[in-house]
Amino acid sequence: MRRFSAFAIAREAMRQHTGWNRHWRSPEPRKHYDAIIIGAGGHGLATAYFLGKEHGITNVAVLEKGWLGGGNTGRNTTIIRSNYLQDPSAAIYEKSRSLYETMSQDLNYNVMYSPRGVIMLAQTEHEVRGYLRTAHANALQGVQTEFIPPARVKELVPIINLDGPRYPVLGGLWQARAGTARHDAVAWGYARACSDMGMDIIQQCEVTGITRDGDTVTGVQTTKGDIGCNKLGIVVAGHSGVLAEKAGFRLPIESVALQALVSEPIKPCMDVVVMANTVHGYMSQSDKGEMVIGGGADGYNNYTQRGSFHHIEETVRALVETFPMISRLKMLRQWGGIVDMTGDRSPILSKTPVEGVFVNCGWGTGGFKATPGSGFAMAELMAKGRSPLTDEFSMWRFREGKFIDESVAAGVAH
Amino acid sequence: MMMLTCPNCGVTAEETEFHPGGEAHLTRHGPGSSDDDFEGYLFLRENPRGVHFERWRHAHGCGKWFHAARDTATLEVFGTYSAQTTEPPQEIKDAVSAKRPGWRWRDISDGGA
Ligand SMILES: Cc1cc2nc3c(=O)[nH]c(=O)nc-3n(C[C@H](O)[C@H](O)[C@H](O)COP(=O)(O)OP(=O)(O)OC[C@H]3O[C@@H](n4cnc5c(N)ncnc54)[C@H](O)[C@@H]3O)c2cc1C
Ligand SMILES: [Zn+2]
Repeated sequence: MRRFSAFAIAREAMRQHTGWNRHWRSPEPRKHYDAIIIGAGGHGLATAYFLGKEHGITNVAVLEKGWLGGGNTGRNTTIIRSNYLQDPSAAIYEKSRSLYETMSQDLNYNVMYSPRGVIMLAQTEHEVRGYLRTAHANALQGVQTEFIPPARVKELVPIINLDGPRYPVLGGLWQARAGTARHDAVAWGYARACSDMGMDIIQQCEVTGITRDGDTVTGVQTTKGDIGCNKLGIVVAGHSGVLAEKAGFRLPIESVALQALVSEPIKPCMDVVVMANTVHGYMSQSDKGEMVIGGGADGYNNYTQRGSFHHIEETVRALVETFPMISRLKMLRQWGGIVDMTGDRSPILSKTPVEGVFVNCGWGTGGFKATPGSGFAMAELMAKGRSPLTDEFSMWRFREGKFIDESVAAGVAH
Repeated sequence: MMMLTCPNCGVTAEETEFHPGGEAHLTRHGPGSSDDDFEGYLFLRENPRGVHFERWRHAHGCGKWFHAARDTATLEVFGTYSAQTTEPPQEIKDAVSAKRPGWRWRDISDGGA
């Protein structure tokens, strides 16, 4: 792997950029691997990366039915925060956030992590109490957040309308080290590092079946032939139900569409991320100047990567109330992703009824922020059979009523 | 925008007039059932990419519940029918089979654990 550096840029500038090479290889699949990861989204690639980096397992393939990073990893609004309510969530999301702090250096790849701060607006008395509770919980968990009054919100976000026609801003939950990162770069950086460790990333390779010997996995059937493996990680977000069915079990997951949109680029006007969960909208400004906007998910099962029009209207209406100056902005693009929702709005990182098959899913509307932490924990689970970070996130917690209930903390959890 | 026809009052309207209620034909287990049964009823879902049977409520109309057969990969609605049944009526099954040859009722549950 040729390292990126200021020197490399200068060198390439001198020779018309002829020396850059491909970031990862595109090999044909081998007959057998120690471990196969299905899904080359951020979580799958991060899992492979940490299998190699932390556990020395490098005979690994990552199989992707489309193109690398083309699922939710390339479709999200890139918000990174760790101000969750429950202890197990705080542990894995804060681990993840802290890994983002050094990711560009660790991967020698600029992921543009921008800890610009995230405010979650409190717009009802209920929300004020909820966020005060979260701030107290975060203090105990060692996650730095604070509840700030409306005047401080206005200071941080001059373009905000505090009085709101429907819901005045009563305060906000502020996490100063939260922010955004370049989503594609996260996937590409991990892919490059995995490829460098000798792992095979195989795109255009859909897993169509999972083969077992009794209750133990032996491999997968794919559009590029059968491939054997000792361990299998299913990391396919919205398609988790489809893959679980192929492995012969059901998951407490429903797949729905979540949409986002971006405006035309404008001059810098907001240098923090603002989330308004009561009115269902959130916004940040990209480095290019586009306002990046997201809202709530559709209510019905959907695999189309499109969402319903009325959700866009709802989101935009909410944001125009909150930020009147955006009312005449033109929107450039709109898209959707298929998100995997669990009953308690927390993820599943778990063994499964099939020996050797592990599943990492259920991140729903908010798993981009978790990409490095999820990969770190999943790799430990796959390598050692147990990870302290995943203990509480088993797929069997629903049967036991041991929910990790994050839906109380935030209606939308990006 | 997706259109649905309410079999209770006959109105055809856009999806905004209705409220989705999740997978249909779940067996509702009561007191004395096993943990597995309860888990299945409360949480486990087929979540197929394809033919899906689901509950809808005509929230901004007659207010009543009904069922719909729909494809989650195309949003095509095969038909709607009364909620007072434990499995889709034959004409709904036929409508699905006509559009999705090879489809079988409860194919997924049969294969799954
Ligand atoms: C509009 C939108 C906004 C969001 N905003 C945020 C946000 O601001 N902050 C945040 O933290 N999170 C956000 N999220 C959620 C976040 O994007 C996801 O939780 C996260 O990216 C999931 O990553 P992943 O790697 O698990 O899944 P994906 O990136 O979806 O990767 C799964 C991969 O598996 C592949 N696959 C599926 N089936 C198969 C098969 N049979 N064989 C081979 N490959 C297969 C898919 O093609 C896909 O590439 C948002 C999501 C959406 C849709
Ligand atoms: Zn009706």
